[in-house]
Amino acid sequence: MKNVDLVIIGGGPAGMSAAISAFSSGVSDILILERGGELGGILGQCIHNGFGLHKFKEELTGPEYAWRYEEQIEMLKIPYMLNTMVTGITKDKKITAVNSAEGIFEIQTKAIILAMGCRERSKGALNIPGSRPVGVYSAGTVQKYVNLKGYLPGREVVILGSGDIGLIMARRMTLEGAKVRAVCEIMPYSSGLARNVQQCLNDFGIPLKLSHTVVEIHGKSRLTGVTIAKVDENLKPVMDTKEYIPCDTLLLSVGLIPENDLSKDIGIEFDSVTGGPVVDQNRQTTVSGIFACGNVLHVHDLVDYVSDEAEIAGRAAAGYINQKAGTAINIPIKTDGKIRYTVPQRFTECNKTVLYFRTAGVYNNAVVNVRDGDKIICSKKKRKLLPAEMETITLTEEMICSVNSGCLSVELEVAEND
Amino acid sequence: MYDVAIIGAGVVGGQIARELSRYKLSVCILEKEADVATGATRANSGIVHAGFDAKEGTLKARLNVQGSKMMKEVCGDLGVPYINNGSLVIGFGDKDMEQIKALYNRGIVNGVEKLEILSKSQLERIEPNISKNAIGALFAPTGAIVSPYELAIASIGNAMDNGAELKLNFKVNSIKFKGEVYHISSDNESVCARYVVNAAGVHSDYIAGLAGDNSFKITPRKGEYMLLDKVCGHIVSHTIFRTPSEKGKGILVSPTVDGNLILGPTSVDIDDKEDNSTTAEGLDRIRREVCENVENIPLSKVITSFCGLRATGSTGDFIIDIKNRFVNVAGIESPGLTAAPAIAKYVAQILKNNSLELQEKEGFNPKRRPMHYFSMLTTEEKNKLIKENPSYGKIVCRCEMVSEGEIIDAIRTNPKAATVDGVKFRTRSGAGRCQGGFCSPSVVEILARELKTSVLDITKSGGNTNILICKTKGGGLN
Repeated sequence: MKNVDLVIIGGGPAGMSAAISAFSSGVSDILILERGGELGGILGQCIHNGFGLHKFKEELTGPEYAWRYEEQIEMLKIPYMLNTMVTGITKDKKITAVNSAEGIFEIQTKAIILAMGCRERSKGALNIPGSRPVGVYSAGTVQKYVNLKGYLPGREVVILGSGDIGLIMARRMTLEGAKVRAVCEIMPYSSGLARNVQQCLNDFGIPLKLSHTVVEIHGKSRLTGVTIAKVDENLKPVMDTKEYIPCDTLLLSVGLIPENDLSKDIGIEFDSVTGGPVVDQNRQTTVSGIFACGNVLHVHDLVDYVSDEAEIAGRAAAGYINQKAGTAINIPIKTDGKIRYTVPQRFTECNKTVLYFRTAGVYNNAVVNVRDGDKIICSKKKRKLLPAEMETITLTEEMICSVNSGCLSVELEVAEND
Repeated sequence: MYDVAIIGAGVVGGQIARELSRYKLSVCILEKEADVATGATRANSGIVHAGFDAKEGTLKARLNVQGSKMMKEVCGDLGVPYINNGSLVIGFGDKDMEQIKALYNRGIVNGVEKLEILSKSQLERIEPNISKNAIGALFAPTGAIVSPYELAIASIGNAMDNGAELKLNFKVNSIKFKGEVYHISSDNESVCARYVVNAAGVHSDYIAGLAGDNSFKITPRKGEYMLLDKVCGHIVSHTIFRTPSEKGKGILVSPTVDGNLILGPTSVDIDDKEDNSTTAEGLDRIRREVCENVENIPLSKVITSFCGLRATGSTGDFIIDIKNRFVNVAGIESPGLTAAPAIAKYVAQILKNNSLELQEKEGFNPKRRPMHYFSMLTTEEKNKLIKENPSYGKIVCRCEMVSEGEIIDAIRTNPKAATVDGVKFRTRSGAGRCQGGFCSPSVVEILARELKTSVLDITKSGGNTNILICKTKGGGLN
């Protein structure tokens, strides 16, 4: 059995950033375990630009953004293993992994950072009635075929779901000469970033059909078309609005799910809204010494925020290994439903903390209030809040230290709701 | 010239092929699809029925009970997952309990062992998530679950290892009986055989018709299913049935041998023998009915839904007969999977009674390496194998933890996988919760490499189901 101070599971943007941060916080005995053939995770297939605007004040492509971190990993000589699948972790931080060179091996570690990312919700999970022809894929799978393998699965495309990967792929398929007939979104608003709706759909004249879904898949061996329909306010299809669209490819961009298969059985508490672990301001889970960051914790829309979050986790994991604990408190953070969730979900130390949150719907001219009992300790006005766009509110050390009621509540005061 | 040609590579045709491969015979299996086990065998509940359903004295009843008793050993030999989980028929009122009593009595007559009628409290003790409204149940401890398509794949693989031949993409469209020999043709190929076994499932009436026999008709009966994530596999431990109706055993809830939870099937007679599409009504019905029988089923954890067509015969019983050395094995609806090993023995006997000489072959090997043998090894054994062949250390399917080595084995082992679905149903790569989202591009590449062809030629399930249609601008380097 190997012994390593810090094992990071996943060598994507979260894992790399966490490793660099832990290294610069004084831990050098680190090992990144990456299941893919290279570092960078999903960024490798995201060849479009728009990455790094916050972090580097530059517009980078996915591989360029990843390379900024890979360079540092190489420079700092942080060890990593590629094509290495972690098959198990235990509460007392024993890791089992497998690769071709070493076979099945175990590592005992002092701290673990979970950075496994997320996966796409599959076609099966949607349970759309009809046949099961070839031609129905999750958008990320096709992104891999097109951008990494260099092949197209079809030429006449309908996209279900307006998640960012779906929007990006609408443009990508169009640039490859495919005809994207429509993007259907069951909600009355896009689930992708506003900038992607503009740059990937509007700029190419691709219709975004809000409050629409696919109600039937047609074609025995190859996909020949889909029937779409409008949905009512309960998201139930209105059958007399049915419309047939011929297509040979249906791409699904209907949600991302944090991939916690490894971490689900080690006693970590999970947040049923995010699908990721409940963490404190240090991104430490409810099992001490196990941290989480990036899309395995909650799905992000911008990689820049993933890097920020991973830096926190890396720094904190280094602190944990070097036994630098702050004063222990326990202040859970509640939300009111209009705010769907926050990350972190609790405080265990009084540190200045950026709270990340998402709203459940579209809200205009709203005020975000952080309440301690009856007292509002922090407020932030927002002109527009969209479920697709992650928001932040910053709490100072003093605010957290002076909490009286034992818990904080994050609420939305809405002037106008559409 | 073959001694026997078997039309249809489902679990029935497969078991018959394996049985005949024990003897000094030349056997050929003809299958219209690009792989074996693509019909009712694939979209199947995977239940080994104890044998209390079929009417006393029928062929169905006899072969069901016999097959049920043979299944464990057959699966053991073929390395197919088999779990003796027991089954329950639950009742909600006095009328149901009367029917349960009748099933109990029928089971005794049919020769089913260990049957018991359970009280409400006994039922709740062994199955805590059962509906609070259930008042009792018939308990069949001999009920079991298997992987239906793995049983067919392994049967055919074992038959091939023992000398049988398999011709895929062979869609029979003509059968001529000339000079005591059957000439069986597809559009591009012809084979000759002394005996023919018609195990063509929903198409067996068509095949019989080609040979001039129009004595029966097969109605395709749609059965839709939903499969739930492995996190739901423990919701029930037994296979849960409702008391049956004329249309069959109703919608069941059962764990699968792979650890998922299966819900279904519906039961609707249709006309189109190729229509295996799911319907909004069917899926709704499953959702509604399973919740009446079992509490706490997390329906949101569905990973896929699918539909199969049962071959419902016009006689109400299995149709197994011989005329001019042409054997019909038709109308093999439920409990066809359970009965398959017994049907195979029965068909061999019929052939023997009709002058086919069954002379045991030296060196017949009844065993086949389990498809999931790698995952069954100890860590030391796995490491030894990875050292010899590093591809066993490269995980391709992360949901089901399938290595590249296992995928290559599936492509090289009889009956050889040549499609993405073929790999999926042998290795489980792509059968997990992400449904191939991550692994399918790698599977396509491995198939292309092993089959020495372009990725553009790789199909989902044969024919025109190519995954990729062309290169991108300046793309397609590999």
